[in-house]
This record gives sequence, structure tokens and C-alpha cells, in this order.
Amino acid sequence: MDWTALLLSLRLGAVTVLCLLPIGVIVGRTLAYRRFPGRGLVEASLMLPLVLPPTVIGYYLLVAFGGASPLGRVWETTFGTPLVFSFEGLVVASIIVNLPFAIQPAQRAFEAIPREIRDAAACCGMSPLRILRRIELPLAWSGILTGLVLTFAHTLGEFGVVLMVGGSIPGSTRTVSIAIYDRVQAFDEHAAAVMATLLLLLSVVALGLVYALSNRTGRKHG
Amino acid sequence: MGNGLYARLRNETPIPLDAEVTCAPGEVLALVGPSGAGKSTILRCIAGLYRPRHGRILADGQVWLDTNESIDLAPQSRAVGIVFQNYALFPHMSALANVAAAVPRGSARSPEDRARHLLELVHLAGLEDRRPGELSGGQQQRVAIARALAREPKVLLLDEPFAAVDQVTRRKLQRELVLLRRDVQVPIVLVTHDLEEAAMLADRMSILHHGRMLQTASATEIMARPATALVARLLDLRNVFEGQIERHLPDRGTTLLRWGGHLLEAAYAPQFAEGAKVNWVIPSGDVILHRHDRPSRGERENPLVGRIEEMIALGETASITMRVDRTGDAFLTLAVPLHVARRNALVQGGAISVSLLKTGIHCMPHEMPSV
Repeated sequence: MDWTALLLSLRLGAVTVLCLLPIGVIVGRTLAYRRFPGRGLVEASLMLPLVLPPTVIGYYLLVAFGGASPLGRVWETTFGTPLVFSFEGLVVASIIVNLPFAIQPAQRAFEAIPREIRDAAACCGMSPLRILRRIELPLAWSGILTGLVLTFAHTLGEFGVVLMVGGSIPGSTRTVSIAIYDRVQAFDEHAAAVMATLLLLLSVVALGLVYALSNRTGRKHG
Repeated sequence: MGNGLYARLRNETPIPLDAEVTCAPGEVLALVGPSGAGKSTILRCIAGLYRPRHGRILADGQVWLDTNESIDLAPQSRAVGIVFQNYALFPHMSALANVAAAVPRGSARSPEDRARHLLELVHLAGLEDRRPGELSGGQQQRVAIARALAREPKVLLLDEPFAAVDQVTRRKLQRELVLLRRDVQVPIVLVTHDLEEAAMLADRMSILHHGRMLQTASATEIMARPATALVARLLDLRNVFEGQIERHLPDRGTTLLRWGGHLLEAAYAPQFAEGAKVNWVIPSGDVILHRHDRPSRGERENPLVGRIEEMIALGETASITMRVDRTGDAFLTLAVPLHVARRNALVQGGAISVSLLKTGIHCMPHEMPSV
């Protein structure tokens, strides 16, 4: 059992979730309520990580993060370390790959709030920020949370992109799913089985949470 | 307009609108029309939820919208109370919190105190902690009214407020609204597609069609004297016909109207030239049945004979459609109490004679295509 890899995966999941919380709320809400030119294109691009093979995404991210790219150069001059094959690189990749998981449920949850309710809030004299805090977030919360749980579970299981962008550096970029692969390659079936079971359990708990949350949403609006 | 509501709204696309709304404090104005007539859009404009291309809205002397001056106050800055069709209560909050949410900050009393007082006013004391999902339709509507009043509005807007409750609750809530308007001296604009409701609750009503305001007057005035055949049709008036002005007799206060083979005496209508084609209407109540046993009121006025095409009993009333002789198959509708129909042996296919009261015949500009 590779505890370092498990802890790294959990840390990666937690940081990704924390970063995607504001992004999911802001982007999900904007897509739910605002009409602007190119909205369809934005929505489609955000869905790309769902359909692209992870190795393809990984390849493009590797190119985009590498020392030859502007982003990679800026990162390296600012922080002194390369973005590829680092934990930070994994976080950025993980955020991008998980955009649809965090944004979609949030967007649907915001869309499910009847327009009249938001109008009524405005006619009650509430400022837009107060409407967000007192009306929209409490009503959309379970959808946002669903997205975050999915993101967390998906981050734990992500393999292709992580391997491409991070490699398999113990303590830095070797996550639990890569550790499983490593163990299988080394014919250490016992360790692989333990870690696989653990991931399976975590996924079941995550899905249970997602269903419980979506039932709550259904009841609230139903 | 001093302290009431004045709104002049014009829009071409996507929602056509051409309307002028005036409503004095304490007055109830009903906006009536079929779905898609623009009734709710007018409310949304007044509340600041929809911005028309051209418009000016004044409430209590304050300019809320003036597209020429680029003034457009946000809904938050307009003291408006609005009750939505489905009430739009905040589902995650208690009744008390729903109402308290609308109490202006900086009020003398705490929001909870004021909300409690308003819930009492709408007879909901004791249900403060319930969420909207735990309240009946009627109770939800009352919470919505209390919430609309919480903001101390200068204008109260009601969008089909009785559409989502059953008949018994509706009657009760309508009574309460009548009582409430005595206490709340603000202009009240009521949107409804129910004519009867408009006639019962509103001082004046405006008929809307495709975003255009066709006529504004009291319910009785509009029902008896619709401005156009279109208004008559929207009001579902049955007896709308085509005729021709024959001659005006000013000294007798009469206009002679040619209708098929008949020459009818109608209310004096000098605005139409002699020989002009017109549409005319008569309320069913001004069609008088000739009784067998004794002469009826106004029997000599415009007597007509014909056959009963259809007779159906609606409760205690018989609704009769008669085919009028010498009119080219025109159908006239009248309603008589069921016992009168029996006593006069009225049966489907049988003969019938009626009189049209002169004062009831109202002429309107001719509309193509014919109604």
C-alpha cells in the first residue's frame, strides 16, 4: 500500500475542489443566466475534456505547460520550477480536466431556480450579491456540491492526463491510480488490489453522496 | 400625474407593446386580454424587470423610467410590491423569512416584527415557521401578498394572483383583496384573463391585444359599449353583427340602422355617416323575450321573430340562440330564467319573438373581415 500516493491523490483532489468551487459557481451561473455571443462555443469547449481521450488532453497540456511555451516560461521565471512534472502542474491539469464535472451540475442547479424567484428577490429590494448569497446559493447548493464530489472522485481516479503531465515521481506526482498501475507492472498484485478496493470504496461513497444530493435538489424544487 | 402611477410603454420587438397605464392611489386597474397580449410584460416593465425601447414610468411623483432621459431605475430602487402568478416564494425560507426579506433595511421596527404584523394582517398568524411547501395554495398567495406589502410599495402589481387556487379559495381571496385595498392606499394593477374577476375587483379595466391597449373604461362601460368589434370579440360578446346606418333622427335621439330586412332603432350615433357600414352589438340582457301571457317591457321596440336554433339549460338559466328571420341567417343569443322558458313553452325548433332595446344597440366602426 502506497500511502504517499494516496495522500498525494487526496491532496490533489482537495486543492482541485477548492479551486473549482469559485470557478464552478461563477462560470455555471454565468452560463445559466447570461446570453452572450459565442455562449454555445464556450459551453462546447468546456465539455471537451469529457470526450477527448485523456492522452490527447495530456499531450496538449504537456505542450502548453512545457518550457518552450509562454505559459511554461512565465511560470518558470516566476516560481523558479517547471510546471510540468510538478504537483502544481498536476493541479492546473486537474482543474482543466474537471471543468465539466464542476460547472455542469452548478449550471443545471442555477437553471433550475425559476426566474420568477430571482425576479421576486430583486423586487424585494435585495442587491444582486444578496440575491446570490440568500437565494441562489442556498437553492443551488446541492448541485454545486454534487459537482465538487464528482470532481473529487474523478481526480482520485484520473490516470492518463496525470501520467502525461506529471509522470510518476513519488511524493510529487505519483497519484494512487498511477501507483496501482506501477504495482501491477511490478506483479505486486496484493498492493494493487488493496489500493483498487480503496478507490472503489471511495467512488461508491462519492456516488452515494451525489445521488443523495440530487434527491434533495429534486425534493426542493419538485 | 401627482402621486399615482403613470406608465407609457412602447416596444416593437421581440415583444410588441403600445400601452398607457394610469392608476390612482387606492384604485384597481385590471389588464385583461388573452395569453400573449402583453399583460405580464407591462407589469414587468413597471417593476423594472423588463426594459421597453421607449417608455416613461412615474410613480408617486418619482421617475422610474424615462428612455429619453436615460433614466432606468433597477427593480431594487423601485418601491414596488409584486405578486407573481405562482407566487415565487423562496422555497428554502419560512413564511416569516420570506416576508422579512422584503422589509426595507433601516425600518423603525425589526424586519421580523414587521413581517409578523403583515402575516397577521393576511390571517396567517401561527404559520410563520412553515415553509412554502408546507402551505396550501391560498396560504402561499397570502404570504406573497404580505411580502409584496412588506416593502411599503408605492405600486402594487398582481399577476394572475388567483389563477392557481381552487374556486372556493379564489372567492375568499378575492373578498380579502377588496377589504385590503381599503387599507392600502396605493395604485393596484391586476393582470387577469378572467373578465368576471376584472369586473368584480377593478374600478377600470384595459383590454389588451397583441401588446396594444384597445380600450380602458369601467367594466360596465366596456361591456355595453366596446370601442371596436375586436374588443367585443375579446370580451366574448355574442351579439355582434354588421349593419348600415340608414338615417339619424337627432330630435328623437335615434339612429336608424339597416340590418338585413329590418330597420332597427338604435342609440343615437351621429359619429357615423348616413350610409356607412358599421358593426353593432347588443348585450344579451337587452334582448327582451315577448311573453305569451302578458306584454313585456319594451315590446314595441325593434320586434323580431325567428326560430329557436338551440336552447341549453345552464343552471337556472336557459341560453337561447335564435335564427332571426329576414337577416340572412343571423343568430341572436339571449338568456332567460328557466321557468320563464317553460312558461312560454320555448322549445328547440319552435317560434320565438323578441325585442331589441334601442338603448342597448351600440354601433362601432366597421371592421374587415366581418365578424
